[in-house]
Amino acid sequence: MTATTTKVEFGDVHVGDTLPELAYPVTATTIVLGALAARDWRPMHHDYDFAVNRNGTKDIFMNTPNQAAWFERFLTDWSGPTGRLGRMKFRMKGSVFPGDTMVLSGTVENVETDDTGCGWATVLVRLTVDGDLKTDCTARIALPTNDDDNPWTRRGDQWKP
Amino acid sequence: MTDVSDVSDVSDLPPEVEKLIGEVQYEEAGEFPVEQGYIYTTCSSVENGNPLFWDESVADEITNGPIAPPTMISVWFRPHQWSPGRTEPAVPLQVHFDMKRIFELPEAVMTDNTIIFHEPVRPGDRLRTRQILRSVSGPKTTKLGTGRFWVIDVEYLNQKDELVGIETYTGFGYKRGEK
Repeated sequence: MTATTTKVEFGDVHVGDTLPELAYPVTATTIVLGALAARDWRPMHHDYDFAVNRNGTKDIFMNTPNQAAWFERFLTDWSGPTGRLGRMKFRMKGSVFPGDTMVLSGTVENVETDDTGCGWATVLVRLTVDGDLKTDCTARIALPTNDDDNPWTRRGDQWKP
Repeated sequence: MTDVSDVSDVSDLPPEVEKLIGEVQYEEAGEFPVEQGYIYTTCSSVENGNPLFWDESVADEITNGPIAPPTMISVWFRPHQWSPGRTEPAVPLQVHFDMKRIFELPEAVMTDNTIIFHEPVRPGDRLRTRQILRSVSGPKTTKLGTGRFWVIDVEYLNQKDELVGIETYTGFGYKRGEK
């Protein structure tokens, strides 16, 4: 491995570990850029009048695929590029609006090695605004088990996400 | 494929819905190949500096060439807002809209989303998707109103017929104000 990047290995990770927190001030540009990057043209993600007067929300709000992209960025900021996402499950409990400072925090809930030898960490990620939970996400991410392991090389029955 | 099968209650379902459960529907190709520009735009939108997506030498070393961020999987099947010959905006996840129509539920929200990632998606890939209705609940009342939950899988395959991902959506279609 010659890339000069972060690399978290499976053996370094323990249940209860916390990931570095990410706080981000959300603007209308954040919302609109995220929606259009995801090819989500629905007006509640770019049209204030529609969001307020049709949807009854206080403003335009962040769309689901863009939240997934934020979760991915948060997780791989921690793991480095050798971390390979296997699965994400998230539930939206509230919306993220321009003017919010969203905070992503994460805790390792489980570590395990599957029957192929792949090392997995299960991380609970919480997206909060002013302490209120907006979305929680449970992610399963594969991490290298040693210097020579690379989860991205796994294919077929060697990859059990 | 889904862990919310407990919402199934086929006993009161109309036959037209019952016969759709487990059926592959709307198998279709993405409207354009996976492309680098959207990868940069998505990474930019969340300030994702993962070198896999910005540095070809890192991508060559770790992923045997460039890949797209796994969470972009749904991007590649969202239709254009307009294209020649199209008179109505196309909608992604047509099965969801079919359920709204069949049960005459004008409002809907997505409550849960699970994504399972398989083969990496690479620039130039042509993805296909197919939608499968997994379950539909009986009538339920929530703070939003009265309606039904349904679970839909979207399977994504590449041009080699390799599975690249499965997205599972739980939707709740409802009428407001009926408690």
